[in-house]
Amino acid sequence: MKLYCLSGHPTLPCNVLKFKSTTIMLDCGLDMTSTLNFLPLPLVQSPRLSKLPGWVLKDGNTFLDKELKECSGHVFVDSAPEFCLPETELLDLSTVDVILISNYHCMMALPYITEYTGFTGTVYATEPTVQIGRLLMEELVNFIERVPKAQSASLWKNKEVQRLLPAPLKDAVEVSTWRRCYTMPEVNAALSKIQLVGYSQKIELFGAVQVTPLSSGYALGSSNWIIQSHYEKVSYVSGSSLLTTHPQAMDQASLKNSDVLILTGLTQIPTANPDGMVGEFCSNLAMTVRNGGNVLVPCYPSGVIYDLLECLYQYIDSAGLSNVPFYFISPVANSSLEFSQIFAEWLCHNKQTKVYLPEPPFPHAELIQTNKLKHYPSIHGDFSNDFKQPCVVFTGHPSLRFGDVVHFMELWGKSSLNTVIFTEPDFSYLDALAPYQPLAMKCVYCPIDTRLNFIQVSKLLKEVQPLHVVCPEQYTQPPPTQSHRTDLMIDCQPPAMSYRRAEVLTLPFKRRYEKIEIMPELADSLVPLEIKPGISLATVSAVLHTKDNKHVLQPPPKPAQPPASKKRKRVSDDAPECKPLKPLLSGSIPMDQFVQTLEKHGFSDVKVEDTAKGHIVLLQEAETLIQIEEDSTHIICDNDETLRVKLRDLVLKFLQKF
Amino acid sequence: MDRECSQLLPSVCAVLGDSRQLVADDTFLEKFLDWFKTLTETESSLLLLRENPCLTELITCVLKLKDPSSSTLSFILRLTGIFAASESCFQYLQQRELLISLFGEVGPLSSALWEEASVRSGWVQGVHSMVQHQSALHFLYNCGAIDVIFTLQGDPSLFVASAANQLLVHMLTFSLQSFQTKPVNIKDCDWPICAQKLIVHIEESLKSNSASRIKQSLKLLTSVFGCCHDLWTEVLWSRLSEPIVYLLEEEPVHTGHLLVDLFLSMARSPVFSCPECSLWRSVTCALEHLNPAQVGRLAVGVLKLQEWYEFPQAVRIQALSVVLQPMDCVLKAASQPLEYPGLLNKSVNDSATVETLLSCRSSCASFLCQTLAHLEELQYLTCLPVDLPHIPLLQSVVTILQFCIGLATPASCLGNKISRILIGCFRVQRSALDSLGALSHWESHSVFMGSVFDILLAYLKSPDTSPTVLKKSFQATLKWLVSLSEAPSSKDHWQQTEQFLRDLFLVLQKRLCSPYWEVRDSALEFLTLLVKHLREKEGFRQVLFSSEVPKLTEDLLEDPESYVRASAVTAMGQLSFLTHLISKKPGLENGNVKEKSIVAQLKEILSTDSEGFPRRAVIRVFIDWLREGHPDVLKDTEQFVSSMLQAVNSDLDWEVKAGGLELAEVFSAQTLGRLGLAACPYAAVLSSATRSTHLSESLQIFCRVKLFEFLFGALCDCDRPVAQKACDILIALKAELRDESSLKEGTSAGLSTEARGIAWLEETLRRWSSCAKPCPRGDADEAGSQDPDGVLLVLRTVDLEGLHRSLNRSSDHIEKSPQSLLQDILATVGTLEENEADCY
Repeated sequence: MKLYCLSGHPTLPCNVLKFKSTTIMLDCGLDMTSTLNFLPLPLVQSPRLSKLPGWVLKDGNTFLDKELKECSGHVFVDSAPEFCLPETELLDLSTVDVILISNYHCMMALPYITEYTGFTGTVYATEPTVQIGRLLMEELVNFIERVPKAQSASLWKNKEVQRLLPAPLKDAVEVSTWRRCYTMPEVNAALSKIQLVGYSQKIELFGAVQVTPLSSGYALGSSNWIIQSHYEKVSYVSGSSLLTTHPQAMDQASLKNSDVLILTGLTQIPTANPDGMVGEFCSNLAMTVRNGGNVLVPCYPSGVIYDLLECLYQYIDSAGLSNVPFYFISPVANSSLEFSQIFAEWLCHNKQTKVYLPEPPFPHAELIQTNKLKHYPSIHGDFSNDFKQPCVVFTGHPSLRFGDVVHFMELWGKSSLNTVIFTEPDFSYLDALAPYQPLAMKCVYCPIDTRLNFIQVSKLLKEVQPLHVVCPEQYTQPPPTQSHRTDLMIDCQPPAMSYRRAEVLTLPFKRRYEKIEIMPELADSLVPLEIKPGISLATVSAVLHTKDNKHVLQPPPKPAQPPASKKRKRVSDDAPECKPLKPLLSGSIPMDQFVQTLEKHGFSDVKVEDTAKGHIVLLQEAETLIQIEEDSTHIICDNDETLRVKLRDLVLKFLQKF
Repeated sequence: MDRECSQLLPSVCAVLGDSRQLVADDTFLEKFLDWFKTLTETESSLLLLRENPCLTELITCVLKLKDPSSSTLSFILRLTGIFAASESCFQYLQQRELLISLFGEVGPLSSALWEEASVRSGWVQGVHSMVQHQSALHFLYNCGAIDVIFTLQGDPSLFVASAANQLLVHMLTFSLQSFQTKPVNIKDCDWPICAQKLIVHIEESLKSNSASRIKQSLKLLTSVFGCCHDLWTEVLWSRLSEPIVYLLEEEPVHTGHLLVDLFLSMARSPVFSCPECSLWRSVTCALEHLNPAQVGRLAVGVLKLQEWYEFPQAVRIQALSVVLQPMDCVLKAASQPLEYPGLLNKSVNDSATVETLLSCRSSCASFLCQTLAHLEELQYLTCLPVDLPHIPLLQSVVTILQFCIGLATPASCLGNKISRILIGCFRVQRSALDSLGALSHWESHSVFMGSVFDILLAYLKSPDTSPTVLKKSFQATLKWLVSLSEAPSSKDHWQQTEQFLRDLFLVLQKRLCSPYWEVRDSALEFLTLLVKHLREKEGFRQVLFSSEVPKLTEDLLEDPESYVRASAVTAMGQLSFLTHLISKKPGLENGNVKEKSIVAQLKEILSTDSEGFPRRAVIRVFIDWLREGHPDVLKDTEQFVSSMLQAVNSDLDWEVKAGGLELAEVFSAQTLGRLGLAACPYAAVLSSATRSTHLSESLQIFCRVKLFEFLFGALCDCDRPVAQKACDILIALKAELRDESSLKEGTSAGLSTEARGIAWLEETLRRWSSCAKPCPRGDADEAGSQDPDGVLLVLRTVDLEGLHRSLNRSSDHIEKSPQSLLQDILATVGTLEENEADCY
């Protein structure tokens, strides 16, 4: 059993598991942090960004000044943003049989895999994952395509050139594999390969293994996966949450008794408690608005935004913010808000019960009805007519490199009254802000990551008790910035196996058993013999038939096949034909009784020596040795066949035959 | 006993002695016993029994019952015990062989009812009451009751066991206290026989292998040494010290906490205060041998003993080491060797045990909390006989707080374990913040101020700080700021404090906007106290008003949560003193405008807020303003008070009304004081003419603000505290306004009730009470048209003192009387009979 690790990002995993005869890809997350190296794509012509000076090498060489621009001491690539794909060279991805998706954030690289690698298999995901994943991809494509960049920078990627660049460009990894964003037709083609599944649904893969999605509590439709055969069980835990937010609660019980548990997608900010952060978010928002400033919340169009809107729904009246407009701007804003209301069966219990009242499960419906929350596909069109300040704007993309957020950063960045509140934990907020420096607006970092933290993980592992844990290497040591926090790592026995990008792990686990069915007529012919209370044995002669990874024992074909009998004849020259099946022997020989028996049969000078493996019985007069060990008995005598047979029969008296 | 009761008593006794008539509610019996306990304290018990033969009959009758109920039997045992406490009565009962039948071997002791815990408890309590004279002791000794009590010490019912133990304590101390001879000697042992029996029993128990017997004896001794400080206790200790010290040497010590209790109780007794006393050797031994988690209490107890106690300083130093040792371990766990010398000069023997306790998840938090609580206790002692190493102690508390939020870098394996256990541990956070606050007392702290400010800010800022921990953080911050501002060296480190205040107000600003009301509320409470204590500091005022905090506080007057509104009101009340000071300065012109609007806002809250808390807060603020002479009140005090009284009068909340009365009280005292009429013994005596003029002036003022209308209105209030307070104020005013001369003049002018008639009085009061109710603005003048002479007359006429007496009686004073109790017992029985009839 092997695990190919194609991504180094612990929360955007992409691993391939070879288990029995199947090749299963677990998630295909897309690492978008590479986009932080690029200049933002402004929706409206930005004089500031367009006038940035080109970057010049120390020796005055200007050959990169078209590709690289300098802004507040940082260097950015002036090109359409590119993404860091999962490793494609580690194994032939066309051999992947299935892809299992755990949540909508972990499927963003799907078009790159399904459309470029010769992949011919099936992708499994739940319905909300597919629908919201589609929205995220659609938004991404839209954000990038609506600001076309004529030029594509490639000179800087040359290894020799890259060495000369300042950090972080100099240290960027695998730049040659960075790709531009996919297109909508590719997204559609990729999504068409998905087969929808429901929680706890059992899916057979080629008869060899069975895969099952389980609720993971993190996002709408998010799943952990169980991959099991008859005798082995692998659990894949990715992006799970034990907090009571909007999705259905996590199913922990089904993860019990796993041989291997692959653990990814823990919280990215283990020191930030989501409850505290929500409080922080609300306080900062209220403070800014009370002082007449605007609040910008860079976010994804689905996920935590639902919970934030719910908190604000309860908070705005008490904070005296009833008259402050909330805007949600995204090409998929409308679909996201509406989708969230129709996936009732995927929601937490509280929200499910609301549906029967009947009430919309999320209170943002009421915010929209009362005109407190307004949503627009983009800043163009209706929004520009309705726009009132001070206000709160939720918009993408959290990297601040593309999407409507770029416009608001340019618009509000100069005033210290305004605040940008970062709630998505995927991007370093300081890096995200770099191309906007110098910035007067206040920046608040309230990362809300509801995924498991290390305390929860340690409780989970105690509860489900897997034999082995496999996880990204980041989880096996404290975070680099807080090396004293030994509580921020996975602590389990035996220690977790760790992996890093482009590594192949041989999982510490050997398959021992295989299930074989016996045909009824063959089973009828068996005569079990009880050798110990509760244990019966029977010998079976049959033909093993294997097809589609299923094994069946069928009755043997009729004998008297000429070639077979010929063969046997040759082998069994000494043995009579009537004994093709010698009886099997079992039991142990009690030495005292055996010696007594020997003496009874006239062997007077019996000596017994103990050896490491058993005993040696010496018959000195007959110059004969009987070696008795746990699994073999040898009679060594000097060509005296009669004596041998006599001794053999005496030995056999003590053993059971069947 | 009054006549009515003696008449009712026979029928009550008949009911109680009748096994068919069950008294369902046994609280009656308890009240009955309480009544007799009080009666026997004031009257002769023997007389009581002789005059009420039904009582003796009741005892006899219950004894004769074949199958008495356990509650009745228990009651009789206790009742007899109460009577037998008097020696004459004891003889009386003994002559009738009642005592032996009740407390002897043939009584309830041998009946099946002894299985009932209530009967055993009644027996023990009866005996306890009885042991007030030697005869009782002899009787108990002779009838074998003492052995019964020994058995009851291990009774399955904890109540009985504890009562038996207390009884033995009482018997021992009583028998020895009443044994008046020369100083007792252990060798010739001529102690009373009963005491000897008890001591032999204790000694045997201590030497036995039975854990429960040892525990009982230790508890017993703890009580004996705790309640009796006679010289014989020293002899007792010298006899019993050997087996007790032996208990200390056991491995492991099972009775640690009981030994701690015993030593603490002994240490507090002056009998053992001499430095040569063997007790201190045992205490030293206990401090060394007992588990550090148990012995902390003993160490603190020893340190808390007054300085005049002459016990060895070495014990104090050792006790201090015990308390400091966990802190030393924590400090070392987070600092490199040699970086810090530690809290203790020499390593204490048992540091391994302390480290084990700290590295174990189940014990670490509670052990630290206990140590921190002990340290906090020590900080508040006025004089500590040993020197505390304040700076290292402060450093260790800060280290614990750092561990709790993951800021401390562990320097050892123990540090790693502590860190993992403490991160996010609210209990330890709360205790450590309390200790940190307590440490602010010491002058030496300024050296370490930076670290304290840093850790406080970290807690105040962290979004993960729970509301309760945040509250503690605020409290600690307040203590530090107040003590820093009071320190003689406060000017030297003002710059640092100012920077801290700037950061603090930024945090406070955010906390005032928190979505959790508890947080907003604590933040406002903190702000109120901060302003109250630091408002004299110019620098503080500047930092405060350069922040957004005052504006946000004002916004919170409209908070949807009533508690928060109330706290915002209180905070604004304090802030308004400052805004006034600030507004005096040029460049802050709008301060005055703002101030007006605050008064208006508070008045609006008082008259319109639907919840009681904010309204109560407003009235409290106004009382403070009036008391402290708030500029806005001083502008037109009469108008201010008049409008307040009117607003309060229509309020339905009794606390608001009580607040209004306090306001009226303050106002009247101020008015009288200003005119030299206050009853101050040192005030210059006014001439009678001046006094009379001033009196009439003050009366006119009171009439203008409609004070009497308000007070008499409140006097008729349906809430007793309101009426009581109004009555108190009126009585005080009546005394203050008594003026001999005017009285004479008044009488001559026909100002008497007789002259005006009772109808006039009724009419006046009716008119006042109708005027006191809110009325349209136009009628204000008419409503205020009180006649000062009339007021005086009413004050003189109404029997305020009588009213005061009746108001002071609680509403159930009739129900509490013994007569009512007896009637109730009879009535209950009657009801039971009726119910029986109903069943047919």
